[in-house]
Amino acid sequence: MANIRTMTFDGVIVGGGGSGLRAALELSQSGYKTAVISKVFPTRSHTVSAQGGITCAIASTEPDDDWRWHMYDTVKGSDYIGDQDAIEYMCSEGPQAVFELEHMGLPFSRNEDGRIYQRPFGGQSREYGKGGQAARTCAAADRTGHALLHTLYQANLKNNTVFFNEWYAVDLVKNQQGHVVGLIAICIEDGEVVFIKSKATVLATGGAGRIYASTTNALINTGDGIGMAMRAGVPQQDMEMWQFHPTGIYGAGTLITEGSRGEGGYLVNKDGERFMERYAPNAKDLAGRDVVARSMVLEILEGRGVGPEADHVLLKLDHLGEKVLNDKLPGILELSRTFAHVDPVKEPIPVVPTCHYMMGGIPTNIHGQALGQNADGSDRVIGGLYACGEAACVSVHGANRLGGNSLLDLVVFGRASGIYIEKMLSSGVEQQEASDSDLELGLSRLDKLNQSSSGEKVADLRKELQVIMQNHFGVFRKGDFMREGIKKLQAMRERIENPHLQDKSNAFNTARIEALELQNLFEVAEATAIAAEGREESRGAHARDDFTERDDENWLCHSMYYPETKTLGKRKVNFAPKTVPTFEPMIRTY
Amino acid sequence: MLVSVYRYNPETDLKPSMQDYQVEIPGGKDLMVLDVLALVKEQDDSVTYRRSCREGVCGSDGMNINGVNGLACITPLSEVVKNDKLVLRPLPGLPVIRDLVVDMSIFYKQYERIEPYLQNDDPVPAIERLQSPEDRAKLDGLYECILCACCSTNCPSFWWNPEKFVGPAGLLQAYRFLADSRDTHTDERLANLEDPFSVFRCRGIMNCVAVCPKGLNPTKAIGHIREMLMERGA
Ligand SMILES: Cc1cc2nc3c(=O)[nH]c(=O)nc-3n(C[C@H](O)[C@H](O)[C@H](O)COP(=O)(O)OP(=O)(O)OC[C@H]3O[C@@H](n4cnc5c(N)ncnc54)[C@H](O)[C@@H]3O)c2cc1C
Ligand code: SF4
Ligand code: SF4
Ligand code: FES
Repeated sequence: MANIRTMTFDGVIVGGGGSGLRAALELSQSGYKTAVISKVFPTRSHTVSAQGGITCAIASTEPDDDWRWHMYDTVKGSDYIGDQDAIEYMCSEGPQAVFELEHMGLPFSRNEDGRIYQRPFGGQSREYGKGGQAARTCAAADRTGHALLHTLYQANLKNNTVFFNEWYAVDLVKNQQGHVVGLIAICIEDGEVVFIKSKATVLATGGAGRIYASTTNALINTGDGIGMAMRAGVPQQDMEMWQFHPTGIYGAGTLITEGSRGEGGYLVNKDGERFMERYAPNAKDLAGRDVVARSMVLEILEGRGVGPEADHVLLKLDHLGEKVLNDKLPGILELSRTFAHVDPVKEPIPVVPTCHYMMGGIPTNIHGQALGQNADGSDRVIGGLYACGEAACVSVHGANRLGGNSLLDLVVFGRASGIYIEKMLSSGVEQQEASDSDLELGLSRLDKLNQSSSGEKVADLRKELQVIMQNHFGVFRKGDFMREGIKKLQAMRERIENPHLQDKSNAFNTARIEALELQNLFEVAEATAIAAEGREESRGAHARDDFTERDDENWLCHSMYYPETKTLGKRKVNFAPKTVPTFEPMIRTY
Repeated sequence: MLVSVYRYNPETDLKPSMQDYQVEIPGGKDLMVLDVLALVKEQDDSVTYRRSCREGVCGSDGMNINGVNGLACITPLSEVVKNDKLVLRPLPGLPVIRDLVVDMSIFYKQYERIEPYLQNDDPVPAIERLQSPEDRAKLDGLYECILCACCSTNCPSFWWNPEKFVGPAGLLQAYRFLADSRDTHTDERLANLEDPFSVFRCRGIMNCVAVCPKGLNPTKAIGHIREMLMERGA
């Protein structure tokens, strides 16, 4: 095989974040030969940064809570392009998935009666929006992601999952029949390149927030899985939908959880006015994230921003008192002191909307199977390929994700992927084969880098890319301006495909990894740009100055970006849940 | 500012050396050490270190900063730099893979040895297991560990006996499960630790506490384990 070592597994999972570890656990428990490959030691994955909690109707803090209310909120939050069959599955299976985490040992905070503590989060309601604010987000203080990720890693240790830590997946291997048969990976420590062959390949590679200059995301969130999938010809869904979180620390980008508003914090402008009362009279600071982020930008644009540049607003927490802050938001105190140089016990935190979450990604069904499209627009399962977590678009978040719904998405669909693959394996599927030429894609990209003798620096190219995205595809978007951005991006492709890698050594070569990551960032950025320009309406997180209204006649659908032609198509949204009536699109107010 | 970085590439270097870089700090800002490293890497892409979250929660970038172990991403220059000089070395006591990247296998092995997962033989309930807020509070100061190894690589007992002494990070986690009201394997866990090395090599000098970037206190946890072991022995 093309001169490289081949390793064979029943299932290989790319990603040691919450979704990858949950999928791996399911598979290794069933006894199949399972490998997790992760470019960082699993507990260094981005899931560790999640703060506020995991939203799920476990009916603890509010004993009469109902998963159908959670479903209603999620459909509404998605601005009606979330798939209702998937949302139904997530909200109804959710409690089981959360209880399993608790049984594994996750140290949830507790209520007096010993049950899991739940806090209010944005966009949550009781009785289908009619019963006021709900408290549905299960929390381990404000370190829920840390607690969840460590617990899942520990559970995998207990079940002897095989880990390839600090291995980097370069590209998928797809055979002539269009079946994914594994991937090319590099061992970062010694530079060895191998073919990992598998009956099921799961992309659980997380988000790509690093396409923007200002983001809450970890440095490793470079959309590798999305890049890999696109190079293998897999279309991407709803890539224009990027969530800007209202409260990134001004200047640093570090996140202040929505849970801080859930606990009673609120935003103020330079006049000290609690301005969300004007934009969302009912939910106020706990309206949908897209709504709060846009209101903040409007305040700033209208001259009511804070600071010498009047370019941010303030989050007030001091009125909650030191005890509540210490008990419920200890991590926020730490981050604010370190990155904003303020002590929230006494002063407000300077905040600004910051790129946070990729709602789009690899389209999948509820079993995690990656989907392409037939000529007539119907779904076509891509053999051998699965995706879950932030890299996937199943789609439960549609045009705007609700807080706490990502962690739930990770465990519910990580688990679902594992269950399905297990079924598929036990039905006796055969390993598909690949030829030498099928391996070429990944190997040639590496060769090119290893032979580069000229070209630009990766760090410079990355910065340039991030600035284009920040300026042309931010919170508010406009057609001509986006087209200008697309031109700038197109002019970068050649340069990004040929950067100069000075360091050619094999031992722990992070420069090589950063170059490969840059190429993935670029693919994600271009898909985002083309999808954003193409969707001629405003919906959820996608707000256009030139098409200010939601257009259900033309755009109550997913966008599909086809990487081979760089064009945009459409895919139907699922409006057919199995056990509850359809939630029909309505005007979305908070 | 002068940044002096420990350099070692196993493919080309017979032995490690220090390499100096002159770094312009933009606008005299109080950058984090990790930001400075990124500026060094822009000059020389072969400079190698780990990083991920850049906010002190993932534990990737533990290193020795002007003589003290810490996380580069949450250590501001103002806290560590005197005389305009920053000296960066790998965490002490572990084999160096390259530059600031150390081989953490032995550290992870000690973590795995304490069986870092909840063990409970009672039947699983239909909902969550109950735990009072008071019992849950016993896990505070324990579960927050990010496995950065700043503590264990600052512990003389761990330097001398990394194969036999669990080290502060592993013991903190051992106690995290001993202290969990939901775990039923207390006795097995203690039995696993009662030899003269696993716990008892700790000399109580608190080097670990002094450097933990999360403000955790392994020494105190070790004290609790000792008490539990004594009680069990008695
Ligand atoms: C600051 C912050 C706070 C958040 N808080 C919350 C919250 O409170 N509640 C909530 O629901 N959501 C929250 N989110 C969102 C949520 O944390 C993420 O969406 C989620 O953790 C993503 O998990 P994942 O499993 O998809 O991927 P990740 O956790 O990002 O893991 C990706 C994995 O893939 C691996 N990987 C990637 N590329 C490669 C490659 N090429 N080769 C090998 N391995 C690779 C990485 O090593 C990593 O292990 C938050 C997000 C941020 C940024
Ligand atoms: S107190 Fe014990 S564990 Fe901590 S540094 Fe000293 S010897 Fe090591
Ligand atoms: S106890 Fe502190 S220093 Fe030690 S590994 Fe954990 S977080 Fe790091
Ligand atoms: S980069 Fe994560 S702790 Fe520093």
